[in-house]
Amino acid sequence: MEFVVASSIGVLTAGGVYLILRLRAFPVILGLTLLSYAVNLFLFASGRLAINMPPILSKYGAAAYTDPLPQALVLTAIVISFGMTAVLVMIALAAFLEAETDTVNLDRPGNADAPAKEGNSA
Amino acid sequence: MTDENSVLLIIVLLPFIGALLPGVMIRGGRTVCATFTSLPTALALLLLLLLAPAVMRGETVHASLEWLPQLGLSASFFLDGLGLLFAGMILGMGLLITLYARFYLSGDDPMGVFYTYLLLFQGAMLGIVLSDNILLLLIFWELTSLSSFLLIGFWSHLPEGRQGARMALVVTGAGGLAMIAGMLILGDIAGSYQISEILMAGDAIRASEWYLPALILILLGAFTKSAQFPFHFWLPHAMAAPTPVSAYLHSATMVKAGVFLMARMWPVLAGTDAWFYIVATTGLVTMVLGALIALFKDDLKALLAFSTVSHLGLLTMLLGLGTPFAAVVAVFHIINHLTFKAALFMIAGIVDHEAHTRDIKRLGGLRRLMPVTFVIGTITALSMAGIPLFNGFLSKEMMLDAAQQTEWAGSQFAVPVLATIGALLSVAYSLRFIGHVFLGPVRSDYPSTPHDPAFGMWAAPALLATLVVLIGILPVVIVGPLVAVAGAAVIGGEPLPHYSLKIWHGVNPALVMSVIAVGGGLVLLALHSRLDRIWNALPRPEAKAIFDALVDGMAALSRDLIERSHNGAISRYLAILFAATVALGLVAFAGGSMGLPSRALLPVAPPVVVGWVLLIAAALFVVVMHRHRFLALVVIGVIGLMISVGFAYLSAPDLALTQISVETVTIMLLLLALHFLPKTSPKESSTLLRLRDAGIAIAAGLSVASLAYAFMLRDVSTISGYHLANSYEGGGGTNVVNVILVDFRGYDTYGEIIVLGIAGLVIFALMEALLKGPAAQRLRTTDLSDNRSRDRHPLMMVVATRVMMPIAVMVGIYIFLRGHNQPGGGFVAGLVISIALLMQYMASGFAWAQLRQRVEYHAMIGWGVVIAGLTGAGAWLAGKPFLTSAFGYVHLPPIEEFELATAMIFDLGVFLAVLGAVMLMLYSLSRIARSAREPVNAEPMDYDPTARGKATRKDT
Repeated sequence: MEFVVASSIGVLTAGGVYLILRLRAFPVILGLTLLSYAVNLFLFASGRLAINMPPILSKYGAAAYTDPLPQALVLTAIVISFGMTAVLVMIALAAFLEAETDTVNLDRPGNADAPAKEGNSA
Repeated sequence: MTDENSVLLIIVLLPFIGALLPGVMIRGGRTVCATFTSLPTALALLLLLLLAPAVMRGETVHASLEWLPQLGLSASFFLDGLGLLFAGMILGMGLLITLYARFYLSGDDPMGVFYTYLLLFQGAMLGIVLSDNILLLLIFWELTSLSSFLLIGFWSHLPEGRQGARMALVVTGAGGLAMIAGMLILGDIAGSYQISEILMAGDAIRASEWYLPALILILLGAFTKSAQFPFHFWLPHAMAAPTPVSAYLHSATMVKAGVFLMARMWPVLAGTDAWFYIVATTGLVTMVLGALIALFKDDLKALLAFSTVSHLGLLTMLLGLGTPFAAVVAVFHIINHLTFKAALFMIAGIVDHEAHTRDIKRLGGLRRLMPVTFVIGTITALSMAGIPLFNGFLSKEMMLDAAQQTEWAGSQFAVPVLATIGALLSVAYSLRFIGHVFLGPVRSDYPSTPHDPAFGMWAAPALLATLVVLIGILPVVIVGPLVAVAGAAVIGGEPLPHYSLKIWHGVNPALVMSVIAVGGGLVLLALHSRLDRIWNALPRPEAKAIFDALVDGMAALSRDLIERSHNGAISRYLAILFAATVALGLVAFAGGSMGLPSRALLPVAPPVVVGWVLLIAAALFVVVMHRHRFLALVVIGVIGLMISVGFAYLSAPDLALTQISVETVTIMLLLLALHFLPKTSPKESSTLLRLRDAGIAIAAGLSVASLAYAFMLRDVSTISGYHLANSYEGGGGTNVVNVILVDFRGYDTYGEIIVLGIAGLVIFALMEALLKGPAAQRLRTTDLSDNRSRDRHPLMMVVATRVMMPIAVMVGIYIFLRGHNQPGGGFVAGLVISIALLMQYMASGFAWAQLRQRVEYHAMIGWGVVIAGLTGAGAWLAGKPFLTSAFGYVHLPPIEEFELATAMIFDLGVFLAVLGAVMLMLYSLSRIARSAREPVNAEPMDYDPTARGKATRKDT
């Protein structure tokens, strides 16, 4: 099970980082979404994995519970990353509507990563 | 704390508290405003006088409040002789300046603002002279730089005002930075940041190898503040300030801060060769140079500014000589300079105010037109010249006496000769002030016919002129004790040297030098017009041009650096960031050690494998197919779903609920945004670039995966046991995650809903601004109809969402209510209900749904935060800390026993804020659609079966 979670985190991180390094706003946002999944899973995993031990106190005597603290932290992180994604989407949208292009890099001389100048890429 | 101590703290605080008054009191008129400004100053002065007898007996008053003991920083103050002298000067002059400014400022000037700045400055200055902690002193030191910036630039419509203020801030601020470093070194050597303890450690400090760097850095701060050569140039440019500011800051108080600091640190730093050669030489050069330039300045205030530079040089030189006698003379001259120079500035202001010019070449003959001003101006200028019977004479004689005993680099004559030249030039410009402004024939071409001002305006300089004469004739009676106690404080533990404050010392070398100075000064004045022509013909370095060139050069250099390193290629920064993060992680990993695995692996059930394969495949698909944005977005949904299922499987039901609802909202939001964005990304990065990115990405993925794998196999000690144990007894809930959110870590949650609310408002504001700009025009002309479905509001969907709505709301309320004890809570409930609402919007169009919406989303966010905050604050009423929750159990038959907790009201706030923020975000998006001329439907669906056969309904 640990390998399943770890490998998922790894693949999501790698995919997220790769997409974040793309040159258009939309893939960058997708990349951030993937990276958020990875980070949330990673934080969650720091509480160690447990099956059938939810941190809901049982009325019937002593039971084992998983670590609730990382869960609370991840819950906040999920909601915050939603807010962040929303703001980013709007900024990307506004930038596209203003500039008619959704590249993330400024087009400046000496900017090796900048794409060639072009119009609407749709 | 004794009474005396609290009195000292009140003195320091009074100006800052008083700074709140003028802004309010200006509504009552200018006189009321000035009166209320003088109240805190007068009160502070009164309290100071209460403490004075003890200080005059030689005691020191201490007061202290612990602030940041870890840093060695405490709000501690002390009052000794030197502090008493300066505090008295600051408060006394503050009163006079308040009076003078009342009449000087015109009705158009915002007087309330002026007095606020003035009191802030006064507080900062008092802080410097009373601080017993050098870190605290540094804070007040920077505060004087800042408040003087505001005061110099008070007439912000004048470019000279703005430039002068900026120059002063740059020069004194830079010096202040150097001084911080110097003070930290000093504190380090002494082992304490308390001034009274540093003063005890003089020998250790002078013997330290860090003495010289500390000395130079501290002197940089003092020299820039006190306008010593070569940093003297800011002071004349600061004369763009209103004259009350010049009189207060640039003659009496702020420029003396550097001198004060040298006097304060005198017992510790003085007495070495380095001190003597740096300080005395700088002072001497400044004294002569300032006096020379002053002689050729035609602007009255510029003349006085350079004269101030010269006198500050004189004080610096006296302190630099390092003998107790010279130090006492410096103290005496500080008093004398204050009295005559502040009065002279006020006189220059009066002349400017009445004649509408302060150009000496356009003045003259004012003696007959302004007799009162003439008398005050003459008395004070004669004192500045050092003529007997006025106080300037006494300290100048003592200065010359100290100078003629000084040997400089083996030369007996260097210091006395230069000191005499300085005095000679001083006589010349002082007499020029009298001669060329007041004497001579009355002219007919003044810009405005001058006459004596109202009493209120000349009262302050007249009082100072009276002091000039009184000290000049009866020095021992008027200031003798003060000089003794302040002098003793400067020279530290040593016994006071022999000195006598009297007019006639017999014929001695100092008297001879003085006679030469007066004679030479008269000759220079007679030759002035000829010398003036020569002076103006000489090429001279213009300090402002040099300063501007330096600043421009630095700005160009920074711009160049920024453009090279920060070229707008965000992908490049991110690549560097990720690569560096991975590299740092590897370095840390290589340097650490890891124990053996202590946990057994959990078994993997077959369905888990299916989920895992789906997740990995989906992630790879998104990466490979990311150019087809729509597809990628849909597949991202699969990943989110798998993660929710994973959370549910791994004992995190709350996370599963949150993840799945957030997932829904996010995908909807992205889909809506994609409507206006290009549907594909072009292929534009080179293969090499993609390989580089893939390399970084794989390295990052591998590192994170192995890190996660490594720690999942090892146990760790956590604080979660506490949460589990206290959740029910302390928080009243069995869902520990929810109790952590609303109780144990309520602060985090409170901050989080605020952040979420801000995100909603940011999006709203962004769209508001966007739709006012060129984008709105573009949207109106863009044709998006290709993307549109033929059946925009399908019948089936409309009906289904209507039926779903009450069910969804009920589910939301249920999830909310059970949150404290079972998985759920405010976050999830808010998201569920916003999804239910969203469905209505999608089914029938946003405009249609919006018309049926009664609550403002902004208000919902606001109420959410307010409710959560008030619930938290309610704990104060019970005497508990913020966000402490209370709960109880209620039994109402026939319902089962249930619980009521304040945490639930807090959760209600969370719910409202989440709902409001999500809906506000979608509302903003829909505004784009509206401005892209998307049709607004009046009916819930495009095709209404009930309308068949009826008359055509009205179209919109």
